[in-house]
Amino acid sequence: MSTVLQVENLRTHFFTKAGVVKAVDDVSFSVSRGKILGLVGESGSGKSMTGYSIMGLIDAPGKIVDGKILLNGENIIDLKPQQWRGLRGNRVAMIFQDPMMTLNPVLRIDTQMIEAIQAHEKISKGDARERCRAALARVGIPSPDERLSAYPHQFSGGMRQRVAIATALLNKPDVIIADEPTTALDVTIQGQILFEMQKLCRESGTALIWITHDLSVVAGLADDVAVMYAGKVVEYGSVANVLDAPLHPYTQGLLESVPSRNVKGQPLKQIPGMTPSLLKIGAGCAFRDRCKYRAPDCEGAPQLALQSQHRQVRCFHPVAA
Amino acid sequence: MSHILELKNISKRFTKKLDLAGKVASTLGSGAREETVHAVDNVSINIERGEVVGLVGESGCGKSTLGRVVVGIHPQTEGERWWHGRDVATMSAAEKRAMQLQVQMIFQDPYASLNPRYRVEDIIGEAPVVHGLVSGKDKADYVASLMQKVGLDAALSKRFPHQFSGGQRARIGIARALAVKPEFLVCDEAVAALDVSIQAQVLNLFIELRKEFNLTYLFISHDLGVVKHLSDRVVIMYLGRVVEVGATDELFAHGNHGANTGANHPYTQALLAEVPRLDVRKKDFVAITGEIPSPLNPPTGCHFHPRCPHAMARCSVEQPVLREIAPLRFSACHLNDMK
Repeated sequence: MSTVLQVENLRTHFFTKAGVVKAVDDVSFSVSRGKILGLVGESGSGKSMTGYSIMGLIDAPGKIVDGKILLNGENIIDLKPQQWRGLRGNRVAMIFQDPMMTLNPVLRIDTQMIEAIQAHEKISKGDARERCRAALARVGIPSPDERLSAYPHQFSGGMRQRVAIATALLNKPDVIIADEPTTALDVTIQGQILFEMQKLCRESGTALIWITHDLSVVAGLADDVAVMYAGKVVEYGSVANVLDAPLHPYTQGLLESVPSRNVKGQPLKQIPGMTPSLLKIGAGCAFRDRCKYRAPDCEGAPQLALQSQHRQVRCFHPVAA
Repeated sequence: MSHILELKNISKRFTKKLDLAGKVASTLGSGAREETVHAVDNVSINIERGEVVGLVGESGCGKSTLGRVVVGIHPQTEGERWWHGRDVATMSAAEKRAMQLQVQMIFQDPYASLNPRYRVEDIIGEAPVVHGLVSGKDKADYVASLMQKVGLDAALSKRFPHQFSGGQRARIGIARALAVKPEFLVCDEAVAALDVSIQAQVLNLFIELRKEFNLTYLFISHDLGVVKHLSDRVVIMYLGRVVEVGATDELFAHGNHGANTGANHPYTQALLAEVPRLDVRKKDFVAITGEIPSPLNPPTGCHFHPRCPHAMARCSVEQPVLREIAPLRFSACHLNDMK
């Protein structure tokens, strides 16, 4: 298997008046061709910021302070803005939660999609349009020829997200980062989108990073999963390993709090407390105040350690499997 | 059995009236007409005392509108609301007010539903003082006891909503609803905006409060996992109509043996099949085709027929009636006539 994207010890910090917010703090993972990585975490865990860092979309006061992002073996972290332009939308593409972040409301779909192709390639408008039409057809939009001349507001939410996905696919990128693309959609529409994405990854060999807070979506979709908490990856491994035998107390707590894992009508198992402010974590394990296995050594900083092959956990007291 | 609430053939229509330009255009024969959304179409539900009824459907199916009709925020266009065996329309003004206090609502968005300029103390304490449930001087103590009930530190009562996290705001919304000692709570996507670990905490709070105050819930949600966990009975809506009603255990039972286990209506079946589950790995997603039609212009006959894998000629013409297919099990599908 060829690794397409490798992220090593990535740190993205925001230098605000209130202090340094370590939004992404030592994140490492890798994705291979045609594989899907689920990046799971609650709000504020840094999962979206990890995605933005890979896309080179971090603005001041944020800055990537350390780490490597290797795209096909080449470190892309220190690229100049001009070089980023050649990369973004071309070799790495992003799908946002709200498709209106991708689509310009005052331009027709074809204008926007053709522009995305011509930005990276010398190609005639007719050929570009034909490729747009094929991309729309691939994501399951009926009568793509007519729909190309429509404006974004003429589409439903699910259809708009399909257009955003088709736009991301246009230049056959090596990696697509999908940031909660189905969170705002209804269950049956989410099913349709997951179906299309899964098919596309298999067929085109694109590596996919699926950012979500929903463990059940990851269970059905992804090969590997990285669980994030307060800016750090706390557990990383194959979906089967992590979801069936979680090692980190946070992953365990998260899985136990899903309603379907609990006995009906009985109180759900819950993680006490709430996600700490990223400004106030200090040294030590960020989860220690909510953890039932807390011990004195948790005041020190645990490292992401290899537990077994392809299985990492950041904890001094991993849950016995 | 005592019904705490009965909805009888409730319909709610929203009509967009023509503006002046539209009226002129219409008289000139432009074909501009008033547009009517049938948000809720002839829905009848009975809710027992102490029961938790889950109301499930996708966006635009009218579940929130129905919730608002139950509370009385929207007057129904047609049909009757019965409270403790009495038609609300025949009640005197005083009785109606008393009834309205008994039915409270918890809203989806913990950000938009709290007044940002009020302190928590006033958000929770205003209504009970106005309605004379507590005196002004007992307000602080009353609010403190409520905040403790919902798991908030009573010392924070002087703070403003923006100083709280999403989960805490959800708790403030619950405390506000409980402040007037209701019997019946309509929870409209009350946990949808919360993270998984916080969602579990708030759901537990709902379960505890139900026991403590003997509450009845109408729990509106699109999240089948949450509804399955919490409710005794589930009502499935599609485009303004109820398509299936049944006990939670029966509806969510796997397999399709007999009339009253598993989902009966093709829409419910599709909905259950699409729900991502933790124990299903690397599944091949099989998509149900088609979009949710616009409620402005719903399909004829059975609303679901354009997306239904079992659609017959009859489905596009005749609207199926919701009928009892097994004891306390209702479904609106023509397929049931053929068995």
